[in-house]
Amino acid sequence: MTRYKWLVPALYIIFLMLPIYWLLNMSFKTTNEILGSFTLFPAEFTLDNYRKIFTDSTWYMGYVNSLTYVVINTVISVTVALPAAYAFSRYRFVGDKHLFFWLLTNRMAPPAVFALPFFQLYSAVGLFDTHIAVALAHCLFNIPLAVWILEGFMSGVPKELDETAYVDGYPFWRFFIKIFLPTIAAGIGVAAFFCFMFSWVELLLAKTLTSVEAKPIAATMTRTASTSGYELGLLAAAGTLTIIPGAFVIYFVRNYIAKGFALGRV
Amino acid sequence: MIRKTTNQKGWLFVAPVVLLVAFNAVIPLMTVVNYSIQETFGDNVFFFEGVKWFEEVLHSERFHAALMRQLAFTGMILAIEVPLGVAIALAMPRKGPWVSVCLVLMALPLLIPWNVVGAMWNIFALPDIGLLGRTINALGIDYNFTRQPGSAWFTLILMDVWHWTSLVVLLAYAGLSSIPDAFYQAAKIDGAGAWAIFRYIQLPKMKRVLTIAILLRFMDSFMIYTEPFVLTGGGPGNSTTLLSIDLVKIALGQFDLGPAAAMSLIYFLIILLLSWVFYTLMTRNEAN
Repeated sequence: MTRYKWLVPALYIIFLMLPIYWLLNMSFKTTNEILGSFTLFPAEFTLDNYRKIFTDSTWYMGYVNSLTYVVINTVISVTVALPAAYAFSRYRFVGDKHLFFWLLTNRMAPPAVFALPFFQLYSAVGLFDTHIAVALAHCLFNIPLAVWILEGFMSGVPKELDETAYVDGYPFWRFFIKIFLPTIAAGIGVAAFFCFMFSWVELLLAKTLTSVEAKPIAATMTRTASTSGYELGLLAAAGTLTIIPGAFVIYFVRNYIAKGFALGRV
Repeated sequence: MIRKTTNQKGWLFVAPVVLLVAFNAVIPLMTVVNYSIQETFGDNVFFFEGVKWFEEVLHSERFHAALMRQLAFTGMILAIEVPLGVAIALAMPRKGPWVSVCLVLMALPLLIPWNVVGAMWNIFALPDIGLLGRTINALGIDYNFTRQPGSAWFTLILMDVWHWTSLVVLLAYAGLSSIPDAFYQAAKIDGAGAWAIFRYIQLPKMKRVLTIAILLRFMDSFMIYTEPFVLTGGGPGNSTTLLSIDLVKIALGQFDLGPAAAMSLIYFLIILLLSWVFYTLMTRNEAN
């Protein structure tokens, strides 16, 4: 039985790859071929769909916009979460437990609930249709997540490290940046990965808070369904391209991702 | 366990986080509360309505139906994804180059934007041009998820299993890799079978990460909006209209701000309450 154990993950991965393969397959087909015949491989292999995306600024700017707010969000979330997670892992202060729980409840707020109020709030402060608006809005669920993951990693670092540094006469911020942060580098990588991931895949808020200037790629994609009929080949090509940044990021944290989960506290 | 020192300076450290999250959470939440107790006929004129909308939502059959569909959906995906994820994690290689390959490939669905997941499954499952739809029909089963509620549900569940089982796998795998080899050697000497190893070594070690997995899957599946919206649009009819889809229909489609806000709050409270119940049930034994 143990001999055939590898079949389980192998079959699972095949199941995971099938829809992705179908998307990839379609992205190389012409619209005529997609609608006219059923083929497992593109009969007339074409790169037109990709060419269109890379030459039309309304298309490629979608990727630029998405990546911009995702990166801003990741930087903000991780930066503010670092000192907070340190405080939660090292200090006891008035209301700390309640605060930690309150942060986590924001992870449970359905974006659909907040879509309309967010639109009004960000319009009122004049940030509507900017990258920073989406980046700030995604902080709602990414900061609690980053605090939670980082707190788990930091609690795994013995307090003796802090105390030794004090005895050696390190000022706090010097210790924090020069010694403490490198110690939890893996945790920072994992937290950044999750912030990137959840900001990249979220659409409802990103779509609500933007119209033209900061429109995310995912929202641009819905255009193919409305304007010129249903351009499935183009839709498939755009979809395929949205997979690439994620695949790229995950390659870098592949060794830490499993560990990262294990350390997060419940 | 780290011993913590009392230090009120901690508040300085958490201040930026509190400010940013409060800006995003408290102000919109207050807006929702505000709408939920008022009536408007446009022109920014509001009348106080008290708990009228809450009563209306709680007694509406439409809300009950959406809630039932939501509970059925969440129940089904938890029942499939958790055991499946654990089984796959148990069968995964523990060392060697295949570990990275498995992890990267399995995490891929997690990183695809949610509407792309919906669109991808839409074209994958279409009965005329999709690989899945075509295959099922070729097997002699009448399948069309845009027309038949049963097929729509099947596609919806399969899509979510495809999308999120990997999260359970990654978590369970993380729990498993924290078990030292010595444990397995000891079990071998004692002559423990596969089931005994699972029950007394692997399962207890996975308990904590599985708690996280179940909580995350529960919360996220309860909030799901984009994927089913793109896949089925809530149809055919209302058969796959989950809570979020219904809420957006009411709030942005009909602009019934009062009922939508009341429904939002009830919806949020249900998630909070159920998460708390899950959490208490799953961590109860640890305290003893």
